[in-house]
Amino acid sequence: MALAEIAGNLNAIGYGIAALGPGIGVGLVFAAYIQATARQPESAGLTRVYMFMGFAVIEALALLGLVLAFALS
Amino acid sequence: MSEVPTVLAAEFPPGVESFDFPSLIPALEGTAWAAAFTKVTLLVWIAAAITVIFFLVTYRNPQLVPTKKQWLAESVYGLVRDNIAKDIIGKEGARFAPYLTTVFVFILVNNLWGIFPFAQIPPMSHIAFPMVLAVFSWALYIGVGIRKHGFLGYLKSSVWVSGAPLWVQPILVPIEFFSNLLLRPVTLAVRLFANMFAGHMILLVFTLGGVALFQAESLFIKPVAFLSWGMAIVMTLFELGILALQAYVFTLLTATYLQGSLAEEH
Repeated sequence: MALAEIAGNLNAIGYGIAALGPGIGVGLVFAAYIQATARQPESAGLTRVYMFMGFAVIEALALLGLVLAFALS
Repeated sequence: MSEVPTVLAAEFPPGVESFDFPSLIPALEGTAWAAAFTKVTLLVWIAAAITVIFFLVTYRNPQLVPTKKQWLAESVYGLVRDNIAKDIIGKEGARFAPYLTTVFVFILVNNLWGIFPFAQIPPMSHIAFPMVLAVFSWALYIGVGIRKHGFLGYLKSSVWVSGAPLWVQPILVPIEFFSNLLLRPVTLAVRLFANMFAGHMILLVFTLGGVALFQAESLFIKPVAFLSWGMAIVMTLFELGILALQAYVFTLLTATYLQGSLAEEH
């Protein structure tokens, strides 16, 4: 007799793991932006564009994981 | 009341098939042209029409003291031209502002369908549409680069990392080639597609999940449905932020790639 049974798709777990890295990365990007803005409020407008750029590049990794989770099922 | 939710709850774990819509022309159903005219393509046509007509109407008779509509069009154009094109690309950026503005407004209107009542599906959650937009941007930045540096010059500037020791180049050149010339349009398309896909999926999960909870046998589970529907409302507002951000990011990255094509030897 099985003690416990788990049903569902392994891809969901895969995506969960795939989201770890980008999660940390996006957190670092926003942390760096907040820190930069706190230290030098005048630079907020200058660094905002780079924040979004970095955010977009990192986020792509998590999204690739999401797409592959559906594509490979 | 009892019949409609039964159908919905059967769809509860929403999947890829939740994004498929029947053809609006019944005669085409079942043929290869079934996907040619669905709710999704209709929304794309309307979005294109809105973009074209909006700018045509607002710029038809420009006034020195802008009217309300003209003010709106000019602020959108000004935002993209000054904050994206000129900031990222530099002085030369102004000539790409029309393309960037069009892309921005088109994606924004398309994405807004995702939370617009009765439309409720972002067309960009079908990868075909972001793919075409990404191919446009890809062709544009490669074309601009070739025009500026010549074919070999552009190839060299985009794959050769000057300053790196010679023995690392065999590793760097393939990576740079892959990431700069092949992977960029893919990530551009996938980013927009996956954001809209995931956003719509989240809304489906909370809305249909609420229905499934409401239909549960146990009286203790039923009230949780309202929590789920409340989350659906919160997520709709969250989605509003995401969809504007994605339109901005797509435009921003296109501008960044253009800047890379136009840059002198780095």
